[in-house]
Formats: sequence, structure tokens, C-alpha cells
Amino acid sequence: MTAVIKTERLGKRYRRLWALADCTLSIPAGHVVGIVGPNGAGKTTLLSLAAGLLAPTAGTIEVLGGPPPENPAELARVGFVAQDAPVYAGLPVADHLRLGAHLNPGWDDALARSRIERLDLDPGQKAGKLSGGQRAQLALTLAIAKRPGLLILDEPVASLDPLARREFLQDLMEATAEQGLSVVLSSHLIADLERVCDYLIVLVASRVLVAGPVDELLATHHLLTGPRRDPATLPAGQQVISASHTDRQSTLLVRTSEPVLDPAWTVSEVGLEDLALAYMKQARPARRNHHLEVQQ
Amino acid sequence: MIEFHLNSRSGLAPYLQLIQQVRHALRLGLLREGDQMPKVKDVAAGLAINPNTVLKAYRELEYEGLVAARPGIGTFVTGTLGGVALAAHGPLRRDLQRWLAKARRAGLDDESIEALFASTFRSSAEDEGGMGRWAG
Repeated sequence: MTAVIKTERLGKRYRRLWALADCTLSIPAGHVVGIVGPNGAGKTTLLSLAAGLLAPTAGTIEVLGGPPPENPAELARVGFVAQDAPVYAGLPVADHLRLGAHLNPGWDDALARSRIERLDLDPGQKAGKLSGGQRAQLALTLAIAKRPGLLILDEPVASLDPLARREFLQDLMEATAEQGLSVVLSSHLIADLERVCDYLIVLVASRVLVAGPVDELLATHHLLTGPRRDPATLPAGQQVISASHTDRQSTLLVRTSEPVLDPAWTVSEVGLEDLALAYMKQARPARRNHHLEVQQ
Repeated sequence: MIEFHLNSRSGLAPYLQLIQQVRHALRLGLLREGDQMPKVKDVAAGLAINPNTVLKAYRELEYEGLVAARPGIGTFVTGTLGGVALAAHGPLRRDLQRWLAKARRAGLDDESIEALFASTFRSSAEDEGGMGRWAG
């Protein structure tokens, strides 16, 4: 499996503060990969490092098999749409395309123009006057018209309304199908990712808590409910991700590649969102301590 | 040509929903042998889903012998499901309607009817093929 992004103990420090520390991960090619995690997990820093916008303080990162892009030829291989889809507010839409054509050797002008036309964007309109959805679509157009091998999107739909969000993801999926792109996108809204991502990485405090193909994750995680039981007594192959108990009942989220045979359990499937949240919750210090901190 | 839809609350993986819809359309005669399946790109764009999900569904259907991909042209329906049985749908549907009316007269609400149907369906499936299924 070839990796589009591969990091080894990667870290980035701003003065005293580590925004990303000791991050080791490998993102496979040919997927639409979703990176989810709470705010402050290091998602934006990781993606900015991959896009070559930041230099690492520690560790190594490889993008498409080499160092992160530095010169124009390398930058053309990676499309990057930063959070809130920044565009040049004072420049008309048409000038954004002209700029893209000048800066990118592999620029696909026909693709860019047909997209602008289909989106019904006025080429003479200044980008600052576009709606949030239109701005995101313009930024996506610029990124895919580069014909990159890897497209990186940081929180691409967080600020869009539901309709603009759906339209953006439709266009992203169409481009993915047409160009065979590898896509890496971050989001803290897991529901948005459920349809578009086929590979999920849960990142909390720079650490990968779980990573894998979505189908495989869904097939190996089960919610067990049954009479109260100590999770330590489960079979060896069943890894407990979360557990809650009442005086009579236990509810466990377990990861196992074997079928759950114990008839005492009612086994149900888990959605991607519940699965990711269970991992995030596991990584967080217990809530009780949190309350104590607040009260002090 | 059929149009797919996705129910995000169904609990069924999207690729399984696509397969189910094709099988359903074949059973009801909405899709016939020789019909072209929607292009992967169009399904991905229409539903905002990962193209790999569509490919996976099409591969599975191909494996079942229901569709075949012709490189560069598209994917076409090559199989049928329950073609002969289609004629039996009418009388069976009438029987079922009579049974439903009877169940309602007996005071069952929709939820009880569904539960009764599901449990009867499961137990009769087990009686007919239980051992064979586990052994196979």
C-alpha cells in the first residue's frame, strides 16, 4: 500500500506550545480519507505541514513519496484548500483562473472554465462578493484544475449551509471519480464524512487512536448490551472501547474481528459517528475530574 | 435507468443499500436485462458518496452475475431475479392484504404486525434451511 502522507514522530512547535507532537501515521493512496478529532487535536497543523505551508520542528513527513512540496513543480502535485476557503477578495473570478494557469504547469483550463460556468459564477465578479458556498466552490475549482495527485481540504464544509455543503461534496465526489484523486480532508463534523470517506483516522492530541477503511471499522465494532458484567472477563479477542453500567445492565462498545457468540449479549451495529466519538471519549480524562477542576 | 437514493438512518451500509435497490428493481421489473446502470461518476456526484462505494456495489452485483461491466462503455444488467415469480406477486399481494386486514380487525397495531411478521419469517426460515445454512 503506497502512502500519500507518511509521518514519523512529527511535531510542530509555536514558541512554547506544541500544536502537534510525536505524530506517526500513514495515509494510504486511492482513498477519500477523513481525519476527525476535537478542536486542538492538531488536524490543521498536520495538513498545513503536508501542504508545505509549515516546516516541522521535529520528526519527518513525506508527501506522495517525497518531502512536502517546496518549489512550484512540487506544489502543483498537491491541491490544498485551507479552512474557510481563502480567495483574493479584490480579484475577479476570471483572474483567479488566470493566476492558477500561470502558477501551475499542469493547469486544466477547460476543466476550470466549465466548472465556473456550471456553478453559474460570473467571471467578472470580485471573489470578496461571493457567498460562502461560491467561495468554497471557487477554491475547489482552483485546487482540482491543478490536476493534483493529492487534494487536501481543511474543514471544507464547516462554514457552509446544508445545501452548499451537499453541493460541495457532490462536486468533490464527482472530481474524485473522474480524476482518480486521493483526497484527505479534516472535519469535526463526522456526519458529513460518513458518505464521502472510505477511510477514517481519529486524531486526538496528535495521536492516532484508530485508523482504517470505514467498512472494516464498521464490521469489527459492535455494541453489546446484556446483564451487568466486568469487561475484564470478556474473551481475549474483544477489545473494549467504551463501557457503561447500571446496577443490572452493561453496555459495551467492543472491537473484535471474531463474531460475538455469547448469547447473553444483544449485539447491534454502530454508526461511524458513535464509533469515532467512543474513541475520542476514551482519550479524554474522566469527566468527573473535569467537574472538580471547574469547581475549584 | 434507475435512480439511487440513500437513507442515512437505515443503519445499512451505503453500498448494501445500492445493491438492495438494484435487486429490488430487478424483482419488480423496473430494471431488465440489457439496461444500462447509472455511471459511477454520476451516482457519486448525485448522492455525494465516495465513488469506491459505488464501485464496490457494482463489483458485488457483478459477482452475483446480475450486471457486467463493459470497459469504456458502462455497466449493464445481465441477469434477472425472480422473473417467473413476478407473475405470482399479484395473488400473493392480495393474500397479504387480506391477512393484514384480519390482523387489524384482531386489534394489532402496525408495530405488532411488523414484529409478528418478522418473527414468523425468521422462525420459518430457520425451519426450512437452518441446519443446511450452518453446515454450508
